[in-house]
Amino acid sequence: MTIETGYNFGYLDENTKRMIRRALLKAVAIPGHQVPFGSREMPLPYGWGTGGIQVTASVIGPQDRLKVIDQGADDTTNAVSIRRFFAKVAGVATTERTSGATIIQTRHRIPEVKLREGQILVYQVPMPEPLFRLEPRVSETRRMHALADYGLMHVRLYEDIARHGHIAISYNYPVMVGGRYLMSPSPIPAFDNPKMHRMPALQLFGAGREKRIYAVPPYTSVQSLDFEDHPFQPIRANAACALCGARDSYLDEVVTDDKGGRMFVCSDTDYCNTRQAAREAAE
Amino acid sequence: MSNAPLLEASGLTLRYGPVTALDDVGIEIFPGEVVAIVGESGSGKSTLLRVLSGLLKPEAGTVTYRAPDGEAADIHAMGEAALRRLHRTDWGFVHQNPRDGLRMGVSAGGNIGERLMATGARHYGSIREAATEWLRRVEIDPARIDMLPRQFSGGMQQRLQIARTLVTHPRLVFMDEPTGGLDVSVQARLLDLIRELVADLGLAVLLVTHDIAAARLLAHRLLVMRHGRVVEQGLTDRVLDDPQHEYTQLLVASVLAA
Repeated sequence: MTIETGYNFGYLDENTKRMIRRALLKAVAIPGHQVPFGSREMPLPYGWGTGGIQVTASVIGPQDRLKVIDQGADDTTNAVSIRRFFAKVAGVATTERTSGATIIQTRHRIPEVKLREGQILVYQVPMPEPLFRLEPRVSETRRMHALADYGLMHVRLYEDIARHGHIAISYNYPVMVGGRYLMSPSPIPAFDNPKMHRMPALQLFGAGREKRIYAVPPYTSVQSLDFEDHPFQPIRANAACALCGARDSYLDEVVTDDKGGRMFVCSDTDYCNTRQAAREAAE
Repeated sequence: MSNAPLLEASGLTLRYGPVTALDDVGIEIFPGEVVAIVGESGSGKSTLLRVLSGLLKPEAGTVTYRAPDGEAADIHAMGEAALRRLHRTDWGFVHQNPRDGLRMGVSAGGNIGERLMATGARHYGSIREAATEWLRRVEIDPARIDMLPRQFSGGMQQRLQIARTLVTHPRLVFMDEPTGGLDVSVQARLLDLIRELVADLGLAVLLVTHDIAAARLLAHRLLVMRHGRVVEQGLTDRVLDDPQHEYTQLLVASVLAA
């Protein structure tokens, strides 16, 4: 793809990138703590990943190889347009291979393949405040974070068990980072929560509309909240992928016709394709 | 050690603009003692309660709380985190309007369990058990544990608020007109309940009320406030049967006999 001239490398100007990098450094220094930053208008609507794009634009270099996923897939609108955006304004190489990427911007998933040291996972976050449905005052939630006063979050889990018999949060499942800060993992499925724990890759979170950045440095403990007698349980559809046969990956349920036909397939397209190719090669 | 006061305040002064809400007020509360503050609206009794519980800073004067280990600490000098911990564990606050003290969107069980979870309880079964037990103690049918407070009557909401406050076994409870806004028969039941719990748990209670009858029923000692000053204090029966200050005489004389 031809590189667009007239833009600074990575679309944002250098001063903005420097401001975001300062917020990122602060966020990495205090794992799970939300750092405010001056979010910019981006050439796509709020809710489409403006926070993630700004973080990516601030950390990306000419040598990087970028992968963008949306709900695990490389070929959805959001993923394709963001990948093309960076190919255009930064001229970086892009890839769909998880293992070949240095930066992975994601929405709603963590790749199935284990990430390694040196990789950066950038999350797009719609609502960074894990307590926002429970406590409407922002000033109060900030005080609660400062005093590590998180009893309220457990009240919500209690209510779930009382009402449904189990903790009925299937995505955006609240986590404690480094044993100190309560953090929203962004709307990833609870299935992905265990992958965040002591992950070798750096995890950065950007919320463009809410103007917050937070981070989980490599090898930081990330624990999903639970009760001793109701331990955290990642939820997965009880089926194998119809395309690659995987029984360990997170599945999407796809409706195939209007007669009730449906199938389960891996939501991580790269993982699924790799497995299918490996199977064909073996045959 | 029980000779030392639990909460001790002296020289408290606070002005709202030209209005003097507190004028050199001092008070002592001993363990297991129920102290009532009575007075008309605007006499500064609620302000005093807020200052004593650390919610409001006075212009002058100190409030000292003695922790279970005998260590005395100035309420207004300690940090916000320490004060919050106190409010969650050693202290309780019962508001006049249960809506201020309860989480209306959370079930009765969750309301009672919140203080337990805030202090580190992480076992659902035992939290549930404690909630059931406390519902029974405040005479609410434990079968209603999963109902929302808004499905409860006013008197039940107030009893739920008391259960929620007492679940961590505080040593000192502040009550701001706990019987306000309830009809007389419900008031009588609530007063009975409070008296029973106070005796059972050996609570120290600081009760703010304008209801002389409630004060007589519950309180060991009485403080009469007017225009931000304590005009008279002493044992409840002594103050009410033999009022010395002219305002107290007026107050006692104005009580309607049924």
